[in-house]
Amino acid sequence: MSEGKMNMDKKPNLAVDIAGLHLKNPVMPASGTFGYGQEYAPFFDLDQLGGIVTKGLSLNPKAGNPTPRIAETTSGMLNAIGLQNVGIEAFIRDKLPFLRQYRTPVIANFFGNSLEEYGEVARRLSDLSEVAAVELNISCPNVKKGGIVFGTDPQAAAEVVTLVRRHLSKPLIVKLTPNVTDITVMARAVEEAGADAICCINTLTGMAVDVHRRQLRIANGTGGLSGPAIRPVAVRMVYQVVQAVNVPVIGVGGITCAEDALEFLIVGARAVQVGTANFVDPQAMPKIVTGLEQYCRDQHEDDINNIIGSLKLS
Amino acid sequence: MQNFNTTILSNQELSPGYYRMRILAPGFVAAAKPGQFVMVRVSGGLEPLLRRPFGIFRTGFLPADCDGLPDKEYVEILYKVVGSGTSILKGLHQGDGVELLGPLGNGFELRPAAEQILVGGGIGLVPLYMLARELVKNGNVRLLMGGRCRDDILAVTEFERLGVATYVSTDDGSLGEEGLVTDVLQRKLARYPEAAVYACGPMPMLRAVHELCAAGKVPLQVSLEAFMACGVGACLGCVVKGAGHSETDPHYLCTCKEGPVFMADQLEWDLLEDRQDGCGCGEDEA
Repeated sequence: MSEGKMNMDKKPNLAVDIAGLHLKNPVMPASGTFGYGQEYAPFFDLDQLGGIVTKGLSLNPKAGNPTPRIAETTSGMLNAIGLQNVGIEAFIRDKLPFLRQYRTPVIANFFGNSLEEYGEVARRLSDLSEVAAVELNISCPNVKKGGIVFGTDPQAAAEVVTLVRRHLSKPLIVKLTPNVTDITVMARAVEEAGADAICCINTLTGMAVDVHRRQLRIANGTGGLSGPAIRPVAVRMVYQVVQAVNVPVIGVGGITCAEDALEFLIVGARAVQVGTANFVDPQAMPKIVTGLEQYCRDQHEDDINNIIGSLKLS
Repeated sequence: MQNFNTTILSNQELSPGYYRMRILAPGFVAAAKPGQFVMVRVSGGLEPLLRRPFGIFRTGFLPADCDGLPDKEYVEILYKVVGSGTSILKGLHQGDGVELLGPLGNGFELRPAAEQILVGGGIGLVPLYMLARELVKNGNVRLLMGGRCRDDILAVTEFERLGVATYVSTDDGSLGEEGLVTDVLQRKLARYPEAAVYACGPMPMLRAVHELCAAGKVPLQVSLEAFMACGVGACLGCVVKGAGHSETDPHYLCTCKEGPVFMADQLEWDLLEDRQDGCGCGEDEA
């Protein structure tokens, strides 16, 4: 048997590290598109994922925005759910016990309505052994408080990251909004303030009109655009952020298949998140994991880490 | 609940703009309950991006050919062509592939009653057939079926074959009685005050049915439709306002997971929007 053949038979390594967080592969859901895991457990073994990112949590339960909350657009969708969630108490009581049965690390996404609340939720999450890392949401475009206000001003972003960092003893991922003039300014600000990793991008603020009724199609007026329509924007921003910071970057925005995920990895993302594609195909993520493995074989790469940041510029 | 690639067995136009599609669906005969729905991915590509929800009209067995293979299970949906997804769907043929997710949601609760009254408005008739099939085993079942014109009246003879008494009304009088289905309901409730009512159709019709039932203290279950992204309770895009909902104390129910069938008293009727157009697929007219 030739050496080449032996390499082909060997299972490529898909494991990546994000700020000390060990992921068996670089694929995880984007927060808010996977519930608390239970919703998708009937479709595949959640242990096939690199990580499980849960729906954004706040200190108290949050009811969300009026309806209609979603609208389909060309190769995408608009949403203005408004961060509806069960709150941290119910998360601990009703959702964590289910997630405990999996070996896959749980990453809890969270937000606050005020600086103090961000700190309080961080403190609560810090105490939970089932939560391997947290993802700080300062980028939701659909609520006035607790989201984009912190995510569009570098000083406010640094302030909230510094505060959360003080209350937290586990890896801190900060999720950035694309709705800024220069995302690298925000990325540097949160890195300096203590972020262990950066996740980008959240949804792009958009609007859609029902021409028959001459009404906005989302009750909130504007919504967050997601899906394949935003992928080129996301790839560009991930590329820019990778150049601008030293912490690992998680790429998200319009990934539907392994090839889409590879775009992000090749420009330097250490891992990826899959969002809207979960709605389109509940088995999208395990298919992407399999596709990444196949790509490594096809490229004769025995480690996905060799692909990360492998963009050829000339 | 499962997600799988499958094959279309037939796709026929029932009346102008309305289609009936039979899809191969192993396991559905035992799994699907009256009132549940499926999400169909109409295209293998990304346009349209999202799946479309369709109420389950019926399930059944297709007898095996002489090939010795077991009977094939199928699911049937009836749909009205209103948007991009249903436009693609109507162009599909026997042997074409679709991706199917289901059965999803909570179905109807079978309530014991001497008189069971089903109220269907247009394509809202869809989830009532399997319900009728169960209810006829234990009592009298009446179907009150309404539409704007004769083209909106679907599959009534199939209900009759189950032994269901049917009453048809159309806005323009082109089939059955001229007038609203709720006028017929009002008369039936006067005669059968001990009835249980089950309804599906456009929101103005459901609201009128609710008012009649509430006035007569008749238990009512309604099946709602909504535009959905995931169908499994993850996206929270298809919520409706629950009883007691207010601006200061909001209360939302997920149509896909906590519905699509609700007891009427679970909902805040004054605040339910009339945008629902009764197309049976959650698509906006386009």
